[in-house]
Amino acid sequence: MSTVSAQIDTKVVSHEHHDASGDTIFGFWLYLMTDCLLFASFFATYAVLFMNTAGGVSGKDIFELDFVAVETAALLISSITFGFAMIAAQGQKKGWTLNWLLITFCLGASFIAMELYEFTHLIEHGNGPQGSAFLSSFFALVGLHGLHVTAGLIWMTVMMIEVARRGLGNATVTRLSCLSLFWHFLDIVWICVFTVVYLMGAM
Amino acid sequence: MSFLGKLSIDAIPFHEPILVFTMGAIAIGGIALFALITKYKKWGVLWTEWITSVDHKRLGIMYILLALVMLFRGFSDAIMMRSQLALATSGAPGYLPPEHYDQIFTAHGVIMIIFMAMPFMVGLMNIILPLQIGARDVAFPFLNNLSFWLTASGAILINMSLIFGEFAKTGWVAYPPLSELTFSPGVGVDYYIWALQISGLGTLLTSVNFLVTVLKMRAPGMTLMKMPIFTWTCTWANILIAASFPILTAVLTMLTLDRYLGFHFFTNDGGGNAMMYINLFWAWGHPEVYILVLPAFGIFSEIISTFTSKRLFGYTSMVYASGAISILGFIVWLHHFFTMGSSANVNAFFGMMTMVIAVPTGVKLFNWLFTIYRGRLRITVPVLWTLGFMVTFTVGGMTGVLLAIPGADYVLHNSLFLIAHFHNTIIGGAVFGYLAGFSFWFPKAMGFKLNEGWGKGAFWCWIIGFFVAFMPLYVLGFLGMTRRLNHTNNPDWNIWLYIAMVGAVIIMFGIICQVIQLYVSFRDREALDDKTGDPWNGHTLEWATSSPPQSYNFAEIPHIDDIDAWTDMKEKGQVYQTQASYEPIHMPKNTTAGVFMGITLTAFCFAMIWHIWWLAIIGLVGGIAVFIQRCYSKDVDFYVQPQEILATEKAHNLSASKGNNA
Repeated sequence: MSTVSAQIDTKVVSHEHHDASGDTIFGFWLYLMTDCLLFASFFATYAVLFMNTAGGVSGKDIFELDFVAVETAALLISSITFGFAMIAAQGQKKGWTLNWLLITFCLGASFIAMELYEFTHLIEHGNGPQGSAFLSSFFALVGLHGLHVTAGLIWMTVMMIEVARRGLGNATVTRLSCLSLFWHFLDIVWICVFTVVYLMGAM
Repeated sequence: MSFLGKLSIDAIPFHEPILVFTMGAIAIGGIALFALITKYKKWGVLWTEWITSVDHKRLGIMYILLALVMLFRGFSDAIMMRSQLALATSGAPGYLPPEHYDQIFTAHGVIMIIFMAMPFMVGLMNIILPLQIGARDVAFPFLNNLSFWLTASGAILINMSLIFGEFAKTGWVAYPPLSELTFSPGVGVDYYIWALQISGLGTLLTSVNFLVTVLKMRAPGMTLMKMPIFTWTCTWANILIAASFPILTAVLTMLTLDRYLGFHFFTNDGGGNAMMYINLFWAWGHPEVYILVLPAFGIFSEIISTFTSKRLFGYTSMVYASGAISILGFIVWLHHFFTMGSSANVNAFFGMMTMVIAVPTGVKLFNWLFTIYRGRLRITVPVLWTLGFMVTFTVGGMTGVLLAIPGADYVLHNSLFLIAHFHNTIIGGAVFGYLAGFSFWFPKAMGFKLNEGWGKGAFWCWIIGFFVAFMPLYVLGFLGMTRRLNHTNNPDWNIWLYIAMVGAVIIMFGIICQVIQLYVSFRDREALDDKTGDPWNGHTLEWATSSPPQSYNFAEIPHIDDIDAWTDMKEKGQVYQTQASYEPIHMPKNTTAGVFMGITLTAFCFAMIWHIWWLAIIGLVGGIAVFIQRCYSKDVDFYVQPQEILATEKAHNLSASKGNNA
């Protein structure tokens, strides 16, 4: 009994500090769950509207799986490289952390560049989001993910500056952990996008 | 595209006498307030102690202030609607033309739900919840300040629509295709979208913040099943917010894309599907009503157990009933549109799920009754609101079960019967609950009690006014009158419309009583002073602190052994004891980042509404820049020194012992 209350007491002492890293990461987890529901709403809308092509193109006509496969590979590999960045950060290796973050950034940026190319390509061929409910929901879902990745890239830039200038203190590693959660989360969402939108659409 | 987008001098409605009068009143009131603050040199205090505060108690007070201001605005809309309908009978046009009247009923709904009820509930939760769990603040104090300013931004935007342009004429649900650009080309729907988006973001951040607070920062010994019941119901509400507000964000984003970039989510052409909006909207909208009412249930539970001086009957069943309501609240959304083309079996499922919700709600009602049974109920103002709620809400619940029968709903859908039903539950449930909580916790937040006489007057005016105003609407519903009518021409309806108008006036007297009550209580604050911090002989930890509480809430975090932790401590004689010395307490510093983000994001939303693209970019980038700057500030915390704590605690304990002996 006494050990139990002793454990509880030590827990409290750590809680006296606001924004303790455990709380921050847990709070960020909860935020990610709400973000997940945001994506779920867009997925549901896509599922309802994807057949409403209004006489225009369908997924079969416009999806180029080879291209998207390369895009997907870039994002998946960037998750691994972020993992290496986190290992380096845990080991307090500043140089390696920065290198791996930079590689992750480049992979994420290529993903966004390819997505932008795909979007402009579609719009130039008259298949913009104004074409039909299918195209609207496609652009919105994929674009929402792209917007998240872009936000992740901006965040990553800020983090690289932070690591370079302040080193790998507790607060910095906590923030890196949050960004890492965010990045892997976007990876998982993309796997769903790739499966539901591209693979099932191209079949 | 011009420099100011779609905004021009024509956007200001000089041709509407009522709006010009309102603008004049706002201007005079604003100037008077500005002059008073300047005269008493309060700008500095206002800025350093309130606007930039991260203290959950002060933020709570600001939320409630916002809610009260918006209650006046929303009630003005209500009384305009009732008077219009009382005048515009037998073919008369009344005094509000349709395009103005339509904005009024839309604004009334949006304001009362999003900018009155939500801030009121979040305000009470802010003040009380951390105190009840023995915490010194919330998990993320800066985020809490930011949430408040995002909510305030939404409220500012909706009030700006009075002066610049117009508000939506679509009803508070803004169903497409009516809310699409084709049928609503003005800026009204855009005001609606951006005001809801920005305040919704604030609400979502609040829920995450308070969930982490409750799950990570409870005092030692307080297991989940020892949490006070108000904290429990707020936690269920926060789970609902986290699970439902993203859906609102999503659906409003889609409507934005339709309106701004020509997408085809909900349009009539291009394969759009308006039903998708309606489904998503209510997948948020139905949980939203439980977000409003569950904390109110918690307030009633605290009040009933405090004023009977008994433990709450069936604490465990209360917790599980709240959970059952939360889960069921997610699988009933279709009952808002039984008539819109679902098959009989789908309607039957949602009808039954809706009726099932009456079961956990009934459990709660019996728990309250059994708590009163063989207790000595002290008939104070909070108790009056609670008893009034039990009667009113039961009536509202039963008409809800009537509407849950799809066959009956085909007759009553969109009629005034529905309007009467949801006001019966929202006013009788949520609003009575918040007003009960307001009078119950007012001494805790402000340091003095409220005058009882005027409080009782307010209660009787409210409840009598409520029944006089809304029972006729049930009748009108049966007589076939639909909602959102601007004028009528049916002699059978007239008498009921007149009676409803009288009811609204009686409620107005209730609100006047409340204003007088606040004035009288402030004037007599010396006599009403709460010296002990425990004016009602309370059960839970918030009453362990002084009134108003110390900035750090608890000099030492108490150890919890009982659901009624404070009663338990009083019985063991462990109260009002000053320690020989105290540890320094780590506290967050105030920050300007929240209010600056509020300003920049308000500018962003306003610019989006009026298509002023340069300002939108500045606003958004500015908001993000302030946020990043705040993240990298190292000057965010400080320590309260032991001598200061010792002096504060001594003063409180001395005053409390004196107060108890007196």
